[in-house]
Amino acid sequence: MKYVLLWSDALVFLLAVSIAVFFWRLRRDPQNRERWSQVFGTRLGMVTFTVILAYVAVALFDSIHFRRALEPVPGAPAGEVFYDNRVTSVLDVMLDGMGERFERTYSAPFALKSFEKFNMKDEQGRAYRDYPPLKYGGVHLDDPADRTRDILQRSGAALLKGLVLAALVILPQWLWLRASPYPWWGSWLVQAAVICLGTWLVVISRHYHVLGTDLGGTDVAYLSLKGIRTGVLLGTLATLIMLPIAVSLGVMAGYFKGWVDDVVQYLYTTLSSIPGILLIAASVLLFQVYIDLNPDYFAIGMEKADARFVALCFILGVTSWSSLCRLMRAETLKISQLEYVQAAHAFGVSHLRIIGRHILPNVVHIILITFVLDFSALVLAEAVLSYIGVGIDPEMASWGNMINGARFELSRQPPVWWTLSGAFFFMFALVLAANLFSDLVRDAFDPRSKTRSPRP
Amino acid sequence: MLAYIVRRLLYAIPILIGVNLLTFTLFFVVNSPDDMAVSQLGEKYVTPDAIEAWKQKNGYHLPLFVNGEAEGLGTLTETIFYTKSVKLFAFDFGRSESGRDITTDVRTRMRPSLAVALPTFILGISVNICVALLVVMFHATRLDRFAVMVFVAAMSISTLFYIIGGQYLVAKTWQLVPISGYHTEGQVWKFLILPVMVGVISGIGAGARWYRTLFLEEANQDYVRTARAKGASELRILFRHILPNALIPILTGVVVVIPSLFMGSLLIEAFFGIPGLGSYMLDAIRSQDFAIVRSMVFIGSILYIIGLILTDISYTWADPRVRLN
Repeated sequence: MKYVLLWSDALVFLLAVSIAVFFWRLRRDPQNRERWSQVFGTRLGMVTFTVILAYVAVALFDSIHFRRALEPVPGAPAGEVFYDNRVTSVLDVMLDGMGERFERTYSAPFALKSFEKFNMKDEQGRAYRDYPPLKYGGVHLDDPADRTRDILQRSGAALLKGLVLAALVILPQWLWLRASPYPWWGSWLVQAAVICLGTWLVVISRHYHVLGTDLGGTDVAYLSLKGIRTGVLLGTLATLIMLPIAVSLGVMAGYFKGWVDDVVQYLYTTLSSIPGILLIAASVLLFQVYIDLNPDYFAIGMEKADARFVALCFILGVTSWSSLCRLMRAETLKISQLEYVQAAHAFGVSHLRIIGRHILPNVVHIILITFVLDFSALVLAEAVLSYIGVGIDPEMASWGNMINGARFELSRQPPVWWTLSGAFFFMFALVLAANLFSDLVRDAFDPRSKTRSPRP
Repeated sequence: MLAYIVRRLLYAIPILIGVNLLTFTLFFVVNSPDDMAVSQLGEKYVTPDAIEAWKQKNGYHLPLFVNGEAEGLGTLTETIFYTKSVKLFAFDFGRSESGRDITTDVRTRMRPSLAVALPTFILGISVNICVALLVVMFHATRLDRFAVMVFVAAMSISTLFYIIGGQYLVAKTWQLVPISGYHTEGQVWKFLILPVMVGVISGIGAGARWYRTLFLEEANQDYVRTARAKGASELRILFRHILPNALIPILTGVVVVIPSLFMGSLLIEAFFGIPGLGSYMLDAIRSQDFAIVRSMVFIGSILYIIGLILTDISYTWADPRVRLN
């Protein structure tokens, strides 16, 4: 086994650490604590945050990559180990080989036979055309009529396992947080649901394809799960890259005014006047040309796909800072007029210190709101970009690629609906949770929303 | 007013120059014309002669900024920068990588784009505002909370699913309209109705939610309470008091996009096979036709800047207190 550190893996762990540090620092500030307790004091906040965390956990497990050592070939010199060209992640191991059970082509959820007819030969060698049985889906069944009973039986056992596992996870939390005033029940309910569903999926997937298989015969449930990492990473990395540009330029423009302000305003007006999708498309295409012309830089296919993914995050980040920059500039302009900043000036405090101590802490809420708001927008944008052909590399699993591959398949007879549904549900759950959570964060952190009195 | 518009138009020039320089850097400095030739001709069997011939054909054989071989003004005009970038200012878009005249293409494709985008825009705004006003009427009731949940759920669904679902239900299952396509004469509406519907419905979630916030902000103002105290009906309050006062933030978001309607919608046009500028851009991106992408970037920037100016002008119309000078 050889550990592989992709560029995006390094970035995602950096991101996880920095977000953890950020929250830990925020906790010390009493005002921020009060705001967060307003978010987590609601059941909705707890539930949506747990859903997001579940997605992030899957993304993190999917970010620990390694290459398996191949079985030594007889006759090969001893001591030399060759590694598989495919990259495996911890998530693949947890899913127990779900992604390695390939069929020939499409098959419906829980199907026993292929979706398409193939030419086959019977025992006497005569050719005929029929739906061949699947290689993995339900092969253990002696009689196809037993399928429903078998599924129910296995589901029952799997759910029982899942409940035990969930109890093991939740019980320590319950003992610890019993007296806490927060609505932890919402979180535990989601945790139990996620664990049960996960266990069920893994157990049932050993014998069936729960969401069917796609054109290439890959399990759709597996693809949808692999798409989580792509979506979550894109949503966070692009914002993370955009933040330093937007914050530093915006604060500088608002604080120093004069020619700095003019230059920054010119920059973001120019950038925002270019149609975003064209700028992104052009940049991605240019990077793709670079990748194509320098194939030597990438040892394995996954690294190539990953390079394009990281580049996409960079491009999305670099092209999207103008709106946050505008907000930061306006807010800094306002704050730098306040008395305490003027007083700091009079005392001869340096510019850097004033920005660090007096201005930045007062614009953090805007950054935070932007971060959570942009997340869902970016997850949705990924699908559109992949459809246009300037998104994620087709080799990498992503919801956009799934939709793109299956968009014409509804017009088949019978329609192939499962690939689209898989991408739809996994994407919808994440974006919905993020949207609801961002609403709560905005209500808690936006000073304007507090002054709004309810209608008499 | 006129002086203001002229000044704003003059301000637009440095921005357009910036756009131009940025695209030029992206297309010719980051990636050299040789790289483009290789990716256009296919990667495997490219000879230096073939690259040279391709560059000659498409006019990329000239030097980037300064042509030392030419004489007089030619040192500056016989360069890629002049022929490909400066000429855009004169709306001379040249020919696409496949040899078609871009100006003609843009002119013929503008109409189908508008035919879809304009009804979508007008219908979309009216529906969003009406839905939002309706929800505001029931503010702080269970219906309001339910509506907000529905809005958030609706905006959590990717546009792709609205399109795919709409095509599947309306065109395939119920067979009411053709799945995709476009006619120049005759029953154009048959091809337009589904894209417009999908465009409107996919925007309701985010749109109605946004207008609801705007209206709620106004609904808590003192003048609304006064109007209510004077016995004005709820409908009158909504349409005569809240709507006009919320007009400024509405215009800010809405007027900017009006000129850009010419550009059409990438997704809708691609899925419904409408030969507008949106699908033009998509085809250009997919076939890596950078000449078209460059021209479209330029057109898009101009339309955006016009939109900004129109927004300012619309303020004076909506609120007599605003004066432009």
